[in-house]
Amino acid sequence: MKMEKTILNLDVEKRARISKLEGGIEFQRKLACLNIRAGKFIKKIAVQPFRGPIIVEIDRRKIAIGRGMANKIYVEDSI
Amino acid sequence: MKILLIGNPNVGKSALFSRLTGIDIMVSNYAGTTVEFKKGDFKLGNKIVEIIDVPGTYTLEPTCKAEEVAVEMLKEGDLVINVVDATNLERNLFLTHQLLEKNIPMIIALNFWNETKHKGIDIDVEELEKMLSVPVVPTVAITAEGIKELVSRLDEAKARCCKCTEKEKWGKIGGIVKKVQHIHEKKHTFLETVEDLSIKPLTGLPIAVMVLLLTFFLIRVVGEGLIKFIFEPLFNLYLPLLNILSNYLGEGIIHNILIGFLVDGEIHFIESMGLLTTGLFVPIGMILPYVFAFYLALGILEDIGYLPRLAALVDSIMHKLGVHGLAIIPMMLGAGCNVPGVLATRILETKRQRFIAITLTSIAIPCMAQSAMIYGLLGKYGIKGLGIVFLTLLFVWMIIGFILHKTMKGIIPETFIEISPYRIPNLKSVIKKLWIRLKGFMREALVYVLLGVLIANILFVFGVIQFFGNIAAPVIVNVFGLPKEAVASLIVGFLRKDVAVGMLLPLGLTMKQLIIASVVLTMYFPCIATFVVIFKELGWKNTIKSSLIMVFSSLLVGGLLNLIL
Repeated sequence: MKMEKTILNLDVEKRARISKLEGGIEFQRKLACLNIRAGKFIKKIAVQPFRGPIIVEIDRRKIAIGRGMANKIYVEDSI
Repeated sequence: MKILLIGNPNVGKSALFSRLTGIDIMVSNYAGTTVEFKKGDFKLGNKIVEIIDVPGTYTLEPTCKAEEVAVEMLKEGDLVINVVDATNLERNLFLTHQLLEKNIPMIIALNFWNETKHKGIDIDVEELEKMLSVPVVPTVAITAEGIKELVSRLDEAKARCCKCTEKEKWGKIGGIVKKVQHIHEKKHTFLETVEDLSIKPLTGLPIAVMVLLLTFFLIRVVGEGLIKFIFEPLFNLYLPLLNILSNYLGEGIIHNILIGFLVDGEIHFIESMGLLTTGLFVPIGMILPYVFAFYLALGILEDIGYLPRLAALVDSIMHKLGVHGLAIIPMMLGAGCNVPGVLATRILETKRQRFIAITLTSIAIPCMAQSAMIYGLLGKYGIKGLGIVFLTLLFVWMIIGFILHKTMKGIIPETFIEISPYRIPNLKSVIKKLWIRLKGFMREALVYVLLGVLIANILFVFGVIQFFGNIAAPVIVNVFGLPKEAVASLIVGFLRKDVAVGMLLPLGLTMKQLIIASVVLTMYFPCIATFVVIFKELGWKNTIKSSLIMVFSSLLVGGLLNLIL
């Protein structure tokens, strides 16, 4: 079964397909610069403590991304 | 003709620029090494063309100052070499498509070609060329592979105007990547495993602590080793020559300027304050060894690609000070010299962050020249003396950052940075980079230190220092608990901090006074070279604001230390 959740809530070490990005066009553009787009597979690598950024991996490239932004990136997670 | 090197951050534009022009410039493994454009010439056939290394950008709709520079430059270019990271084709092609829209002749350098093999990436270059309809040349800028072909095909560069929406671009890119790129799923390489370990907090934080300790250790061992085995013997050989000169000159003004004052009838390399004694010994005998060690360590960390990882790990702490973790990079550069540190704050996207980062760097981060001198002066008291100085500066750094973040208008945007993959540093480029930095240091240091020593002499001779000493006495004596002669050091500190610290030695200060003087000298004002770049980066209003913060906080902290210690 598939469930939609944000990468903030995705388990560490899990890989999932991005289903949609919330937020305005500027925000989506910014994410697209680092290839975070709907349809891409994204893997959650780590969560930095004390409300630090989330580390994700796309196309074998790691990106540090703030939690607010991470909470706007939805993925389809299999349960 | 103007040729522009344009591409995403950290794709090797500067390395390519170096290859093409023969001009040595900084090359590192992280996004944002180049924050200003660099120009150079190279010979194409029988004409000289200008080539410009443009700061990396992900898009032609800029999001920070370094990217704005890139977009501005584009208006002037006659030809674009679009540097593309072959190991990250899809994302890089977005900028390529934006560039194609600009209708400028373009050629593509498919860089990091060597890395595609062990990453299991196959790219059909011919097909890519056909689909983009501009020439594509695989290159390895760091070893010069493919550079000849790139140059020989420059005249094939083609303009191809295609206007389409963002969505259409990604659609096209998807089609291209699907057709030309084939990725073999490979097990993690050793470097990739270390990449993961050093970014996960549980293993990453201990690794960060170890890396930093190891760096300090390396700087100390290499610095001390160089002094003991090379520079001390060298200056011991030099001393007899100076003695002969000193005897020959006899007493008088020329002796005072060249050799300086004799301490108990002998030349003293730090205290004599002559151009040929202190003026040479301070920059070469005391500072250069540590600057060498520092830049060697920094260069290795940069080229491995460690710094962005450190930035991610300290991000949440740094946010409390109003800046991204990324600000750790300019601050580490600032520990070498504040000037490149201030310039590197351009990787931060808002003015507010840059103001905070610049103020914190110049207030609480002594440059290597100053640190080496503080170490020289306070080292004999062991960890206690040095510990208090550097812990105080650390507290100042945190508290001022915290206060600025709480009181300044505006918010800090969310972190969004690319973390460069690890690479094995190329020995040649590490050495080259070290050489560039040492040359820069020597050029600046020799001139300014000699000037500083000269000015200090002149000020003494004409009684200017005594005059200011009397005026500033209430603050220096009552607030800081220093003898009023220390004003000379504070005056010279505007010009050059290392000489200023050195000038404390003849005053016969106690440990407490040395600690206070070292902290105050670090904080009270940037040296002239740093001040000029701060002014250029922040404008006069913010420079005054930043300077006032420095003056007041140094009064406060110096006074407090005088009370507490």
